[in-house]
Amino acid sequence: MEWMQILGVVAGVMMLFVLWPAYKHWSANSPKAEKGDWQAVLLPLAAVVGLVVLLIMAVK
Amino acid sequence: MNRYENVIAHSGGQVVSSNKVLKNTYLLLSATLGFSALMAVVSMAIGVPPIAYLVAVIAAMVLGIFVLPRTANSTSGIGVIFLITGLLGFGLGSILSMYLALPNGPQVIATAFAGTGIIFLGLSGYALTTKRDFSFMGGFLFAGMMVVVLAMIANIFLQMPALSLAVSGGIILIMSGFILFDTSRIIQGGETNYIMATYGLYLSIFNIFISLLQILGIMGGDD
Repeated sequence: MEWMQILGVVAGVMMLFVLWPAYKHWSANSPKAEKGDWQAVLLPLAAVVGLVVLLIMAVK
Repeated sequence: MNRYENVIAHSGGQVVSSNKVLKNTYLLLSATLGFSALMAVVSMAIGVPPIAYLVAVIAAMVLGIFVLPRTANSTSGIGVIFLITGLLGFGLGSILSMYLALPNGPQVIATAFAGTGIIFLGLSGYALTTKRDFSFMGGFLFAGMMVVVLAMIANIFLQMPALSLAVSGGIILIMSGFILFDTSRIIQGGETNYIMATYGLYLSIFNIFISLLQILGIMGGDD
């Protein structure tokens, strides 16, 4: 079990190592959201949440 | 050709180019998903222990960080992406064996599979039809992913089921955002390499499937 924990931490730290430069790049170079942009994202994400709830109910 | 015609010819060329990238991405994505499924079946047949999942994830990550970006512009990149997705599929097999041992395991796996398919097809269809540029989400998505990874590392020691559920839910939402982000980047011409585009979309699908499995496995039990 200890090996699993160590490997899990190694995988997590490696992910952070990959994500950090990508985060720095995109936070500096992302275009600014225009009016209605976030609404266009939140709508499908709400649909995803609804679907997951339905799936949970299906396996209950 | 006047300036107006020039602009039309240029944007027409870009559309043709991004359509080609999109077509190649979806072709390679279906092939890699099929290969992953095959490797998962092989791994389940052999009866690989659960630790194989973490080893496969770390090996795939090393290949994805150090090898794939260097080979993505050549034909050897296709071999590398098949190696990465094959490894992830092989690791996934050990997780699926664990779920199959649960009383409602087959139902949980089938539901997670169907749910992942619906989420991917729905979000891709949405990004393709709206043609909206979702690249404004870049910083937000990577920041969110870092927070989720930190929570994941913390939960290795804390072992809190509620935090585990929250992490899985967060991953599904962030990966859904990544599907919109990656698809819109292909359409807008921001991603011109179909191997890298495939890698991004594959990882989103893989993570959504794993997280759905975890949520349905925890919530689907008898209470």
